[in-house]
Amino acid sequence: MKKNLILLAIVIVMCLIPFFMPTNKGAEFGGSDDQAEGAISQTHPDYKPWFSSFFEPASGEIESLLFTLQGSLGTGVICYILGYYRGRRLKDNARD
Amino acid sequence: MKIKLKPLSLVAGAALLTLFPQQAFAMHIMEGFLPPVWAGAWWLIYVPFLILGLFQLKKISATGTDKKILLALCAAFVFVLSSLKMPSVTGSCSHPTGVGLGVVMFGPWVMAVLGGIVLLFQALFLAHGGLTTLGANGMSMAVGGPVVGYAIWRIANRLKIRKDVGVFLCAFTADIATYFITSIQLAGAFPDPQFGFMASAAKFMGIFCLTQIPIAIAEGLLTVIVYNIVVDRKIAPAEGFVR
Repeated sequence: MKKNLILLAIVIVMCLIPFFMPTNKGAEFGGSDDQAEGAISQTHPDYKPWFSSFFEPASGEIESLLFTLQGSLGTGVICYILGYYRGRRLKDNARD
Repeated sequence: MKIKLKPLSLVAGAALLTLFPQQAFAMHIMEGFLPPVWAGAWWLIYVPFLILGLFQLKKISATGTDKKILLALCAAFVFVLSSLKMPSVTGSCSHPTGVGLGVVMFGPWVMAVLGGIVLLFQALFLAHGGLTTLGANGMSMAVGGPVVGYAIWRIANRLKIRKDVGVFLCAFTADIATYFITSIQLAGAFPDPQFGFMASAAKFMGIFCLTQIPIAIAEGLLTVIVYNIVVDRKIAPAEGFVR
């Protein structure tokens, strides 16, 4: 458990580092696929995307809602399963 | 460490943001951004892996409820990790793939399906990735990355490296390999008009892989955390289910 907390702390620190790097002053922290898109339009300016998404989140807010939903769905399943096993173990121990 | 923001740059930034709505995203090739021939070809390559994965899933599910539950956990882990957009040292954001856990537990082939489900979800509801590019994205994230990660996991075990370190290496390389393949795919479809395929591949790798290194490290650590929990509680054996 202690090991896991240390690992988690490292992850959090790693996520914070980019914001304190002098090279990132004024960085936008946009997606790297936007940069890829930019690179494509530089070398192939006449390329037009031939298909677009059926559904685009109406705004950044809606997009973050859907992402949160995705994350919480996954988290819910993981925690349910861990709890299920914990409950099962407690029951087995009580029987012995 | 004080960051001074110039009002003017703020206004300019806000204006830019409204003009070009940010899809704060990385990784998947955007909808319509592969010419039809390429998109179709990647789909054709991906489909057999999907079928193989479905057979594997069926086989694993038939061998017990516990394995089925663990499969659900691995799928959920992909869901969670691919919803996390993490900042990187390059000043842009990207997200992990989360395939490492499933690869360690069940081998690479089931991930073709589990990763595909997440890709489909994001293509349909988040305008992230796309249906036309799902074949290519599936090959990079749900097939290529897992296969490379699995190879590393087996090698680490062969070399008697500690299990948790092996899990870290597996998740890390699966992540990097995913973006490496994405770069190759984009370079194939968009070779540099002057310098050709290699120059283009190098450019895309510069965009994707550099950003991805710290994120892949974070992904490796997160995977080890969940792996530790699952193994400590005896939900799964330390060496996974595939021998």
